[in-house]
Amino acid sequence: MTTKTWRIAAAAAVLLIAATSFVCATGTSEDGGFPQRPISYVIPFNPGGQSDVTATYQKPYLEDVLGVNVTIRHQPGAGGALAWANLVNADPDGYTLSGNNLPHIIIQPLVRDDAGYETEDLKPLYLFQTTPIGIAVAPDSPFNTLQELVDYAADHPGELTVTGSGTHTGHHLAILQLQHQTGTEFTYIPATGAAPSVANFLGGHSQVIMANSNDLVAHQDEMKVLAIGTTDRFPQLPEAPTFIEAGVEMTAGIDRGVCLPPDTPEDVVAVLEAAFDEVSRDPEFRAQMDELGFVTHSIGATEFAEYIDRRKTEIETVLRELGEI
Amino acid sequence: MGPMLLEALTGVLNPVSLLFVVVGVSAGIIVGALPGLTATMAIALLVPFTFTMQPVFGLVLLGAIYSGAIYGGSFSAILINTPGTPSAIATTFDGYPMAQKGEAYRAITTATLASVIGGLIGVAFLIFLSPPLARASLKFGPPEYFWLAVFGLTIIAAVSPRSMIKGLVGGGIGLLISTIGIAPIQGAVRFNFGTLALQNGISLIPALIGFFCIPEVLRMAESSSTSSDAVVPYKRQRKMVTRVFHALIRKPWLLLRSAILGTIVGIIPGAGGNIAGLVGYNEAMRASKNKEKFGTGIMDGVAASESANNAEVAGSLIPMLTLGVPGAPPAAVLFGALLLQGMRPGAELFTYHGATIHAFLFSVILANIEILPLGIILGRAVAALMQRTKVQTMAPLIIFLSMIGAYSIYNNVADIYTMVVVGLLAHALRKAGFFPGPIVLGLILGPFAEQGLLQSILMGRAGGSIFQVFFTRPISLILIILTIISVVTPIVVHYRTKRGKHSRIVDSVTRQEASE
Repeated sequence: MTTKTWRIAAAAAVLLIAATSFVCATGTSEDGGFPQRPISYVIPFNPGGQSDVTATYQKPYLEDVLGVNVTIRHQPGAGGALAWANLVNADPDGYTLSGNNLPHIIIQPLVRDDAGYETEDLKPLYLFQTTPIGIAVAPDSPFNTLQELVDYAADHPGELTVTGSGTHTGHHLAILQLQHQTGTEFTYIPATGAAPSVANFLGGHSQVIMANSNDLVAHQDEMKVLAIGTTDRFPQLPEAPTFIEAGVEMTAGIDRGVCLPPDTPEDVVAVLEAAFDEVSRDPEFRAQMDELGFVTHSIGATEFAEYIDRRKTEIETVLRELGEI
Repeated sequence: MGPMLLEALTGVLNPVSLLFVVVGVSAGIIVGALPGLTATMAIALLVPFTFTMQPVFGLVLLGAIYSGAIYGGSFSAILINTPGTPSAIATTFDGYPMAQKGEAYRAITTATLASVIGGLIGVAFLIFLSPPLARASLKFGPPEYFWLAVFGLTIIAAVSPRSMIKGLVGGGIGLLISTIGIAPIQGAVRFNFGTLALQNGISLIPALIGFFCIPEVLRMAESSSTSSDAVVPYKRQRKMVTRVFHALIRKPWLLLRSAILGTIVGIIPGAGGNIAGLVGYNEAMRASKNKEKFGTGIMDGVAASESANNAEVAGSLIPMLTLGVPGAPPAAVLFGALLLQGMRPGAELFTYHGATIHAFLFSVILANIEILPLGIILGRAVAALMQRTKVQTMAPLIIFLSMIGAYSIYNNVADIYTMVVVGLLAHALRKAGFFPGPIVLGLILGPFAEQGLLQSILMGRAGGSIFQVFFTRPISLILIILTIISVVTPIVVHYRTKRGKHSRIVDSVTRQEASE
């Protein structure tokens, strides 16, 4: 065995050294300031999802602006809580940042005894997009407007089944908000993700679906969209009214941004904030995001933090009044 | 249609595409063979690189990796009794006993040929029957998932070689472990004993590595007395490929049945290659005249599992391409890759992007054919290398690779602890006669059963009748009948052959039932 094994070991060692030096060579910026080495961009969800797709789009632009490599790492689990709990304990040096999804980071600490982090622990960095959530029924459904659906639910509490992705998620919150605003009761049947919930709905196993805008657009021939959670009409579904137009005072969506470990120094925050700002204002990037059905924003750290506080108050009220917490 | 297919063919039959198929399949095999590195991960890592490529080339590369990785999982299943990807769980049942008998190369050849044939049958379904099959898959609702899981649990009979009672207890342990973490419906955190590490439950892949790999390595270390011990004995025989091919071709139903089952399981969203392999294995055993030989190291077992899991690859692409609903986790990542290329799954995909998509489908055919030479060459090399490597080198190396594998799946250190604890537990259980097969089955099917059950109950409550939801839907009825057949068959066999090797198993079934 000896010679062959040694040869393989030697080859492996050479490869390893080559790989390390490659990483070192590509990962430095010219001046002495932040950043000096590759940045980890943690996605708290599975690859292939919207957070991942967005980060993959951002990566080349960010690398261009920051002058260092940006590595996307996936750390799914516990609806994102696993990654956020880890982020709280990460070095606050700016080299680790994480996707920041609302309402997840607000609901999880509220409903779990110990989610591993508190909403306030995550330092908001930048908010770049929202995926609106809409409500839809099958094409042959007797309901043609949100009002008809709500009226029926008011007379028949718990009889209508609604599918959506997961418990204590944006979809779950959206149906809770609708119940809260209209005083109705639906039976929410959580699926294990957006794709299974769409399959559940298309197969006729639920009468109503709460879905992300991209799924509503992709399957628009197979459903009637009764309302969408934006403030203005959603350009890709011009026929669908907003919840507010349909008479229910609510918006619904998944907000996506990035956050940092607590106590990250302000000058580091400023560098990263400027980088994300430049990327999300890039016309080419914006066009790509529009095409995927996202609503884009350019909201910096301070304003993002205020937004999170405001949402937290709203969500806490809804959950408390419906007895969820 | 004509010019589009021609364009698709030129998209595939050019040097760059062909190179990508070879590179993709080889890389896939290596990734698949390393426990913990899965097809999903390999595809996810590569998507950013394909982003800047022409769509055809990007998709060709990803499709080749997917096919290669699912096949590659059989290497470690056969050689070290550890499924390289979850899809290869059922391959361990007969593959490793074959290797122990010195037939590692024969097992790998069988796995290779079965993968190629199964994969090609799956692609045939993908190309010719996508739209109707995808429509039919939507009929699978919560009650059907529940019954599928219950049917799946009857496989415990097939994977409990010694004692049925211990198999059932093992299945129960697996089901219990699967309840750790956040409850799928109501969202409560269960059995985490106040630790954050258990908030997400026991991750499947670290647990798989722990259950299969660690006990094997410990056993290896315990039993090795002399320094020249090889991990598996290895004999290289001449004309192996032709001989295995002739043996397999004489049992066309074995491969066809597994491939069809694998395709169906692939189409059903959420049920992946692991379930495909297990169902293929179980049905092959049930149809066989020599049931008692399954699990002792026979070709049929390896062939049944491998043709099912490679057919599942194409199956999982069917609902993804036609409906935009991925059939398995790796397909979900491919879905993300399509979106990045600006291609939306659905009808538009087969018309507007028709040339690209057909080129992709052709490349999956090529990838499956490429598995043949690449698998034989790599398989021979790997099997020979393992034979020459001493246990002292091999045991720590496997532990090292296991740790990397467990960590890399979610970049989470806690998963390494999970793997080690599960591994030690599995070692102790094994000494007490509990094998990992039933436990892992419970672990995989538990969440399916739980979600299906609770979602169905919610549906029943809303609609007024829980009974109706569970017992009146056509696919559910078929699954219920299959479950009953699967449970009753061993008892009937018992009365027919009172003194067969099978009777001990059957005895324990009947005793178990009498006590209930």
